[in-house]
Amino acid sequence: MRVLDLSLLLGDAQADRVVPPTGFTAQLTLFTSAAMSFLAVFALALSLATGRVAETWSEALARASTIRISAPEGQLDAQTRAVEQVLATTPGIASFRVIPDAEQAQLLEPWLGPGLPLDDLPLPRLIEVIEDARGFAPDGLRLRLAAEAPGAVLDDHTRWRRPLVEAAEGLRWLGLLSLALIGGAMAGMITLAAQAALAANRQIIEVLRLVGARDVYIAGAFTRRFTHRAGLGALLGAGLGLVAIALLPGNDSAGSFLTGLGFQGVGWITPAFIPPVAAAVAFLATRSAALRMLGRLS
Amino acid sequence: MIELDNVGYSYGRGGALLSDITLRLAPGSFHFLTGPSGAGKTTLLKLCYLELHPTVGRVHLYGVDGTRMTRDDVARTRQSIGVVHQDCRFLDHLSVAENIALPLTVSSRPVPGQDLHDLLHWVGLRNQAGQLPPELSGGERQRAALARAVMTDPQIIIADEPTGNIDWEMSLKLLGLLVELNRMGKTVMIATHDLALIRAAKSQVATRVLRIQAGRLTLAGADL
Repeated sequence: MRVLDLSLLLGDAQADRVVPPTGFTAQLTLFTSAAMSFLAVFALALSLATGRVAETWSEALARASTIRISAPEGQLDAQTRAVEQVLATTPGIASFRVIPDAEQAQLLEPWLGPGLPLDDLPLPRLIEVIEDARGFAPDGLRLRLAAEAPGAVLDDHTRWRRPLVEAAEGLRWLGLLSLALIGGAMAGMITLAAQAALAANRQIIEVLRLVGARDVYIAGAFTRRFTHRAGLGALLGAGLGLVAIALLPGNDSAGSFLTGLGFQGVGWITPAFIPPVAAAVAFLATRSAALRMLGRLS
Repeated sequence: MIELDNVGYSYGRGGALLSDITLRLAPGSFHFLTGPSGAGKTTLLKLCYLELHPTVGRVHLYGVDGTRMTRDDVARTRQSIGVVHQDCRFLDHLSVAENIALPLTVSSRPVPGQDLHDLLHWVGLRNQAGQLPPELSGGERQRAALARAVMTDPQIIIADEPTGNIDWEMSLKLLGLLVELNRMGKTVMIATHDLALIRAAKSQVATRVLRIQAGRLTLAGADL
């Protein structure tokens, strides 16, 4: 028996007519495929969006580090100069700058309110460090800072960056897992619908066997019917899903992560793969169910 | 054409329904298979067209051992055996003409319009070609089933109680068609418990009457 008969895909108008056109399995397959494809669009959007977020956070935070200098009043400037000298001679650093008091006040304003009397607070001095493509060795820099400026502490953001990136990566995998589960659930439901259709049409199958129809011919008639229905349902579901995603608020309107859930650029093309994948799932599920059932007949 | 060598058949773990059956259907022969209800007439016919496989012995069709055939081989072989059932089953959503053409359709062969027309004319269903099977009477259904059975021009026609659900007049009409097929050189085998039908056939054509009794096949006596 051939593994893949092209007539199963290309269609045969005469063969398709041997299967009665109506029945609840038709609506069930159409609805299941549409609903699953609608959900698949969201899972795909989640996966792509979290992938983008993980990449952005990973890149942006990995490039920037901060050195905090806490020292007694008389030593602050001297330690700042020492840190600057260390940074100037450290490979892997693209640039650095001491954050001015005014900018520091701006950063603190959301927490401490406007009109902050910075002079009265023992605030540490902050130096923003931007690394180049090679990057610097944080452990080596810490050792040199400890030797030249004991009050300087390097914060390379790794400590709090890693869980965020891991969470975003986790969400991306969750999205992909959801896609796999949706595909599996769709295959299961279409298999059940196909089995119901085959059982309901058992007499037709027996007649076809009696007049000399081969198993691939009978399976093909059912498989094509279910593949077309699943493909059509997926087209509708994916279309509705895309419209729903497009109607979500843009990520520039509120700036939060959730409003960034959607597609960007070529990402909008990815849902176009859902209908053919759904049709392929239906094809394999129905064909397998049909051949299994036919194998049990004499 | 069909040879059964020491064939036996039993359903599940029950006792043997048929045993030690040896039978050869020569080309152009006309056989009746008779016996009481439940004797195994239908089972024997199913063994002949490979809907069932024997639990003992071998069935050869056109010289090929049925046990060595794949499912596809069996499907292809059925194209060269016309089968008519008592409860002739059709695809009720297709027209009578489409049902008769079904053996060609399922093998993706073209359906010659003239042949189909002639066949419908031969069985007297020219005016019912476009109707759906549920709209036909019992006799019309049997004739449609016979037309479907001969659509691929098979050399063997097997009929299982073809006159079981129709009146005597229609039975004779159907028998006439089967006798005509036999005169054209086809091998015919009919299972029936209708002795009057067998007598009517014997007056038209040379027949051989087989009887199944207690699971064994015997040649019926001259009383038939």
